[in-house]
Amino acid sequence: MKRIAIFAPLFLLLSGCSGNWGWYVVDPTTTNGWNNLRFMMTGAYYTILLSVTAITISVIVGLLVALPGLSEKRGWRALNRGYVEVVRAVPILVLILWVYYGLPTLTGITLSVFWAGVLALALSDSAFQAEIFRAGIQSIDKGQYEAAQSISLNYRDTMRYVILPQAIRRILPALGNQLVYMLKMSSLVSVIGMQELTRKANELVVVEYRPLEIYTILVLEYLVLILIVSAGVRHLERRMAGGDT
Amino acid sequence: MAQTPDQATPIISMRQVSKFFGPFQALKDVSIDVHLGERVVICGPSGSGKSTLIRCINRLEAHESGEIIVDGITLTNHPASLEKIRGAVGMVFQQFNLFPHLTVLENLTLGPRRVLGLSEEQAQARAMTYLERVQIPDQVQKYPRQLSGGQQQRVAIARSLCMEPRILLFDEPTSALDPEMIAEVLDVMTELASSGMTMIVVTHEMGFARKVADKMVFMDKGEIVEVGPPDEVFTAPKSKRFAKFLQQILNH
Repeated sequence: MKRIAIFAPLFLLLSGCSGNWGWYVVDPTTTNGWNNLRFMMTGAYYTILLSVTAITISVIVGLLVALPGLSEKRGWRALNRGYVEVVRAVPILVLILWVYYGLPTLTGITLSVFWAGVLALALSDSAFQAEIFRAGIQSIDKGQYEAAQSISLNYRDTMRYVILPQAIRRILPALGNQLVYMLKMSSLVSVIGMQELTRKANELVVVEYRPLEIYTILVLEYLVLILIVSAGVRHLERRMAGGDT
Repeated sequence: MAQTPDQATPIISMRQVSKFFGPFQALKDVSIDVHLGERVVICGPSGSGKSTLIRCINRLEAHESGEIIVDGITLTNHPASLEKIRGAVGMVFQQFNLFPHLTVLENLTLGPRRVLGLSEEQAQARAMTYLERVQIPDQVQKYPRQLSGGQQQRVAIARSLCMEPRILLFDEPTSALDPEMIAEVLDVMTELASSGMTMIVVTHEMGFARKVADKMVFMDKGEIVEVGPPDEVFTAPKSKRFAKFLQQILNH
């Protein structure tokens, strides 16, 4: 009974019985609906490209920022703290606007919409990545460093062959989280005109005046993308579980 | 690397070494010499500074005062001297500290490949030699967690041997093992001792000490209380503290 009570209104709403729905705008059996759907989906290309490029950069920058945070020297740690605190405090939308409209005035270099978006997303995410890496590296047992030292490995090799492979395994779920977050935050780059999923939906709404249906499709588009990413990350976790305890 | 043809020159020489952890003094003006080929066993109650002492020898701990000379090199924070020292000194830990994400073979070849610059084939051949020496050549493709504690510790010994050190330090190598696995690790260590390896072993295994040690060291409260050949110190300990300690661990 309870289940029917929940699903019946939902069903009525989605099936258009309330009279306010007009699924025809995205009905793939009609020419116009099919074209609209295809138009919306072309945005996926930039959403994915933007997110993947940004996360790749933010992982690298995040790691480079995390390392001084693990130093015994106070100066290095202060550098890490400063970066994390400042960058983390800027709202992503504000950072996108600042990079796209502000940075050219400051530096004289004009960035394309795409690269401005990548830069803002990567910068913002790198502060979070730095914290994730720091926590992951700190979770590795001190004995691992001592064993590496006892066979004379230098700092770089210790990190590369001993500490990071173990740390990355542990932070993989958190990295997956950040990728999902990034996919969602990329929608903000639509405000500077990036032709990604949200921007396409907005443009279609202006033409068709059916925001309810179009934005519902948009929600589903993000949902599908993110479910694929989640499955991918889980697959990777299983594969990397290999030798770790 | 400095050679020590002169048997009178110790390969490890510690002079008035002190080490503090905050206000706590872990080592108090400790002096000791170890000669090439010598087997030294250090015992003492927990917190006596015995682990700290050997951890100072490969500078896992930095001493605050005094002088430590290992294989002709004075220990400082200089990275080049650290690298040399750690190349000459191997260490086996209580908790094994194998690399859990690497197979047994990879654990053994990492150092020789990255530090000594051996090729993969050379490093693997060397790894197999030492795995046979510790009697587990058939586990090369396994991960550490798939091995028993005794096997893991023997792999750890082989990992140290792969660097072909001149001195091997053992920090309570059998303390984390189940009783039935202690013998297999001690057997490997006894075999190593008979091959002439310079060894410093922190352990409470008095049977092992009696069998292989040239020199027994008893530490208490950060000081070396008594040093001597095992036959002498076991039968006639000079200090009350050592006598009491022996009584406690032999007659429990």
